[in-house]
Amino acid sequence: MKYIKFFLVGILFGIVMSKAEIISWYRIYEMFKFQSFHMYGIIGSAIMIGMISMFLFKKKVVKTFEGKEIHVAPKKVGMYRNLLGGILFGLGWALAGACPGPMFVLVGKGVVSILVVIFGATAGVLLYGVLKDKLPH
Amino acid sequence: MEFITQAWAWYVAGPLIAFIMFLLYYFGEKFGVSSNLETFCSIGGAGKFVDYFKIDWKQNIWNLIFVAGAITGGFIASQWLSPSDVVALNPQTVKDLSEIGIHNAGETYLPNEIFSIETMLTLKGFLILLIAGIMVGFGARWAGGCTSGHAIVGLSNLEIPSLISVIGFFIGGLVMTWFILPLIF
Repeated sequence: MKYIKFFLVGILFGIVMSKAEIISWYRIYEMFKFQSFHMYGIIGSAIMIGMISMFLFKKKVVKTFEGKEIHVAPKKVGMYRNLLGGILFGLGWALAGACPGPMFVLVGKGVVSILVVIFGATAGVLLYGVLKDKLPH
Repeated sequence: MEFITQAWAWYVAGPLIAFIMFLLYYFGEKFGVSSNLETFCSIGGAGKFVDYFKIDWKQNIWNLIFVAGAITGGFIASQWLSPSDVVALNPQTVKDLSEIGIHNAGETYLPNEIFSIETMLTLKGFLILLIAGIMVGFGARWAGGCTSGHAIVGLSNLEIPSLISVIGFFIGGLVMTWFILPLIF
């Protein structure tokens, strides 16, 4: 039962991704062509409001529903990993027109071919795990 | 109902995404979708061969449930909340796409030239989908996060690694969109 809340938040996520057309390949293409404000508005406003959440977490104004302090884990630091990993991710993002969240939402939309992308993404993660120690970070 | 069935504006979607992130932290977890791909590998037994995947994946069940919800949400939205599949694109975008071989842009959410079953069953079409996926998965874990973990959470939290990663996302995305996509179709 403790998992039901995550299922419900996931449903909201899937609906928002669908209704705001974030799962549309064209919206990603358009973003990288600088031909629409839509995606910039979405990401920008999410970050703006996200900053307020983070501030409230840090000041301990907001705690978890169980009353525990919320610590947002810092990201792994490394110029190579962030930049090179980021560039590789960006190439895939613009080609697939979907990042990991929307990929799953598209499954719900009934897009069969997205399963190949998800399979590829899992294979990519596996490959990263295997090659990790040989890569610059 | 029309405010639900029409396409949602950015100023509706952006705050809702921030709200989703807030809820996940409020429930004691975090916001990051690409971690689930690691969990898939761990469940599949990759931990036997690669230490990186030796994790107690049961701690990540909540995130798999979140993904199951996302799939369900996509189903609900497409079945009952979306009378139209048309994406209102900038006419310039439609023209640019037609010039690189992607036609009827915006009539549906996804281009047939990439996502139709017929395309998937060709070698070239299959490889495009597969390679795009590999780059997303490999890149996300190398960078330490994807759009959710880096762009939304990381930038909200003023993280320098996330800023560098998002700059990387854009370098890769711009190179693909402006220089590689025109060569593919």
